Amino acid sequence: MNAWFSQHKAALASAFRRLWSTPLNTLLSLLVIGIALTLPAAGYLLLDNLRDLGSHATGVQQISLFMTLDASKKDVGDIEAKLRSVASGKWKFVPKEEALKRMQKSEGMADIVASLPRNPLPDAFIVEPTNTEPEALEVMRKEIASWPKVAHVQLDTAWVKRFDAFLKLGKLALWMLAGVFAAGLVLVTFNTIRLQVMAQAMEIEVARMIGATDAFIRRPFYYYGALQGGLGGLVAAVLVTGGLSLLATPVADLVALYGGNFSLRPLGLAEIGALSAAGAFLGWLGAQLSVSLSLRKFD
Amino acid sequence: MIVASSLSKRYPGGFEAVKDVSFQISAGQMVFITGHSGAGKTTLVKLIASLERPTSGSLLVNGQNLSALRRSAIPYLRRNFGMVFQDQKLLFDRSVLDNVLLPLQIVGLPRREAIRRAQAALDKVGLLLREKAKPIALSGGEQQRLAIARAVVNRPTVLIADEPTGNLDTESATEILEIFAAFHQVGVTVVIATHDQNWIARYHPNVLRLDHGRLL
Repeated sequence: MNAWFSQHKAALASAFRRLWSTPLNTLLSLLVIGIALTLPAAGYLLLDNLRDLGSHATGVQQISLFMTLDASKKDVGDIEAKLRSVASGKWKFVPKEEALKRMQKSEGMADIVASLPRNPLPDAFIVEPTNTEPEALEVMRKEIASWPKVAHVQLDTAWVKRFDAFLKLGKLALWMLAGVFAAGLVLVTFNTIRLQVMAQAMEIEVARMIGATDAFIRRPFYYYGALQGGLGGLVAAVLVTGGLSLLATPVADLVALYGGNFSLRPLGLAEIGALSAAGAFLGWLGAQLSVSLSLRKFD
Repeated sequence: MIVASSLSKRYPGGFEAVKDVSFQISAGQMVFITGHSGAGKTTLVKLIASLERPTSGSLLVNGQNLSALRRSAIPYLRRNFGMVFQDQKLLFDRSVLDNVLLPLQIVGLPRREAIRRAQAALDKVGLLLREKAKPIALSGGEQQRLAIARAVVNRPTVLIADEPTGNLDTESATEILEIFAAFHQVGVTVVIATHDQNWIARYHPNVLRLDHGRLL
């Protein structure tokens, strides 16, 4: 256990030394990896911000529930109780009197409203569910429609569906992009490690002759690949964060022009960690492939 | 401790470097493998050190049959041997001390302990004061002594050398052989391949004489 630990420590230290000993190469590799990871990371953040923007847009994920005209106060209470038991999220009750008052306030409607023999408007609920997936909204709409004294349930699914389809398409495109760049990252590491193995042919040969196991010989290269990838991930995080902070002011200005309240969300710590971990994993993978191929000639 | 029976090694291409060789080396013996150049000395040394696998025949080291050994077990077997090569195979990008540390890093000795042992090994071959130097700064004889320090630092049971005095003047060569003799005296099995006959009279070793791959 002790030997295992000290060997890993030595391999990690040797990987660090190798990165440090060729600063220019290391810097270039890190930039290549960082830029390769920046595009998918930025795309992810953009989509996430869009989704956020979509869910903030008012009136989109609302379900309007209109009761029948003959519904009594008790029926309203029943519906409220039902909503409490099923719906996660908030709702607002709009009594018919209030609806009528609002209508009266509208331009040119006062006379028309006054001429009506009685209030034609029903009691209504405006429900804002927390789960805004189109499927979930649809299920909820059907459920509400089946309740007694409910005349009509209105859900603007078309918009929600369109927006969701757009996000899905974006997500797919993003995955494809990420796949291509991940392959690029693996290849970059593959090549760096191949050059390293060539440069250290003598050391590998000697180590083998005096009883080094395969694991001993491979370990520093794995660490090298993982370190390079992980640091590349951090470079990508810096690039994305930098780009976002450049965008922040123009976006705020634009949103202000629309009278909205929205600001770009930067990368969180967990996401930076995930980006770095993804880089490290891909670097390790590239090292693994490269070492397996390059070390064959030493057998 | 090393028992060879009908040992043969044929290289790809058909050249048979070692043919039907049988011998036995007991623990603590000093053995010279002699013969003209191309007689198969280097191949035999490599077979003993498990750097090559025999084509046929069997080679038992400490009761383990080398031909039947799994590939993954070979590194552990090699750790029983200290190897000194004719071309030393030193690593020129690191210090004298780091060269000697390598076998200890391979077995995973903690660094402090490893440094202590590496310094002791360098002391034995008279290179302790040069531990920070790069091998390129050492003379031929010193480089060979460094190779010996690296070979013995892991306290091997068998010390194997291939033409260790090949490129040295007589004085340096004598120094090197004195070092081997000293290890032999403390119980290490020593196997040396050499074409130089002068040493035999001096150390009275057991001699395996090869000619065209066969034992005479």
